[in-house]
Amino acid sequence: MNLESLPDSGLSSHMPLVPAGSIAGRALSIVVAIMTFLACLTAGGAMLMGEASQNWRADVSRDVTIQIKPDGVGDIEALVAKAAQVAQTSPGVVQARAYSRAESEKLLEPWLGNGLDLGQLPVPRMIVVKMKARDAADIEALRNALAGEAPQAVLDDHRLWLTRLDIMANAIVAFAVALFVLMISAMAMAVGFATRGAMAGNRETIEVLHFVGAADSYIARQFQSHFQRLGFRGAFFGGFGAALFFAIAAVLSAWWRNSLGGDEIAALFGAFALGASGYFVILILCAGIGLLTGMTSRVIVTQQLRRLL
Amino acid sequence: MPWANWLAFPGGFLLSFENVGLRYGIGPEVLRELTFAIAPQSFQFLTGPSGAGKTTMLRLMLLALRPTSGVVRIFGQDAATLEKDELTNLRRRIGVVFQEFRLLDHLTTYENVALPLRVMGRDESAYRAEVVELLRWVDLGDRMNALPPVLSGGEKQRAAIARALIARPELLLADEPTGNVDPTLARRLMRLFVELHKFGTAVVIATHDLTLMDQFGDSRRLVVGDGRLKIFPGEAR
Repeated sequence: MNLESLPDSGLSSHMPLVPAGSIAGRALSIVVAIMTFLACLTAGGAMLMGEASQNWRADVSRDVTIQIKPDGVGDIEALVAKAAQVAQTSPGVVQARAYSRAESEKLLEPWLGNGLDLGQLPVPRMIVVKMKARDAADIEALRNALAGEAPQAVLDDHRLWLTRLDIMANAIVAFAVALFVLMISAMAMAVGFATRGAMAGNRETIEVLHFVGAADSYIARQFQSHFQRLGFRGAFFGGFGAALFFAIAAVLSAWWRNSLGGDEIAALFGAFALGASGYFVILILCAGIGLLTGMTSRVIVTQQLRRLL
Repeated sequence: MPWANWLAFPGGFLLSFENVGLRYGIGPEVLRELTFAIAPQSFQFLTGPSGAGKTTMLRLMLLALRPTSGVVRIFGQDAATLEKDELTNLRRRIGVVFQEFRLLDHLTTYENVALPLRVMGRDESAYRAEVVELLRWVDLGDRMNALPPVLSGGEKQRAAIARALIARPELLLADEPTGNVDPTLARRLMRLFVELHKFGTAVVIATHDLTLMDQFGDSRRLVVGDGRLKIFPGEAR
């Protein structure tokens, strides 16, 4: 038979066996879109915080400070100069800068206010030492050298502050991961409910497919591709929304940086710019969520079909 | 082959029931001591009053229901020991026409008829001509792109029959296949089943239409009533 001559040459049997475009399907797409949006915000926020905390740590960990308290006996300026010289010649030190008395007094202004005469107070003097890298051996060598040459000097390697920063950064990342896992779990459960609902709604179709010789794996694939389509559609809109959010936030943060409080926001989140890797993570998340939706549905359908004849 | 000899040749039958009974839950047996066999290339009616259990028997034959007692053998295999995949492969050798058609409403007539071949994983280009030809044979050539909700009862019936035939089954089970059509079309459909039988398919037609059966008076009849089965051999077709 020559099919080219048939008037019905537009025939095709590629229509999905699980009917598309149901209200439940649209609702699931919306749920997936919202969950994807929130998951991308969580992941992106965690990445921004992680990057910002890395920057804080990198800045702080290379700095150590030497504090010299005046004891009223020796010459404080000589002590500061001596300690600065010891620090400068110590291994691993890039720069040792002694704060002048005026600079040291200025450091107290946030607590004591300005306009006070601090001349009679024993204001401690500071030397800020920049290390090449945070090397415990170099810091220990500096501590030993100071103990020998300038015993009044106290070295602060900011260990306590760094430990607190580490704990805070790890807590934020752990919280973000927990939030992310919760969202993905909630989404998987929503897909599970939707799959069971779709199976109940298509019981007739499933039975007919069985009777015409469809294997369980074939039926499961039909549901998988149905839900994967819904999942990808939802994930696309959710991911696009999140990417748009970060792009707008980057523009706004650049604008805020020049405003009051901009420095604090910048310190907390950096420039709020996600970067190419961040957008790539959003893309991967969307693909992963789409695939997860399909796989979850397939597993549930396979389990349910096993119980049928 | 006389059906009474089936115990001696169980492997030679497409389907056999041995003392099969069925009950739902703890209720009474709705079907009991069913013993019969369907030989290859045979033609028979399954009949009895409405509600006697014809459809239930067809569901047992199709293994859509498991018997609560007795042994069902399908293509020589004990149905109780079949794995799911084996069952799927065996179902591909059976065509079934449901009383209520059970066409998928979101698929066109063409797609519904092509469904058994599609689920087997066959390429559409390999079966397209075959499906079109069969649709024309059942007089649905101009309704190929129509969806079932817009088909008449008779058209749905013919589409359901075409779907059951498309994979050239060894056994065809039809539940009241002429129940929704006028007598003329009923005779045409019956001729279609007879034609199919001549090509080598064993046919079981469940019906309570005595007039229809009388037109094929020499056919074997399985009569179900009061949960039991009586067999009237008829002349071999």
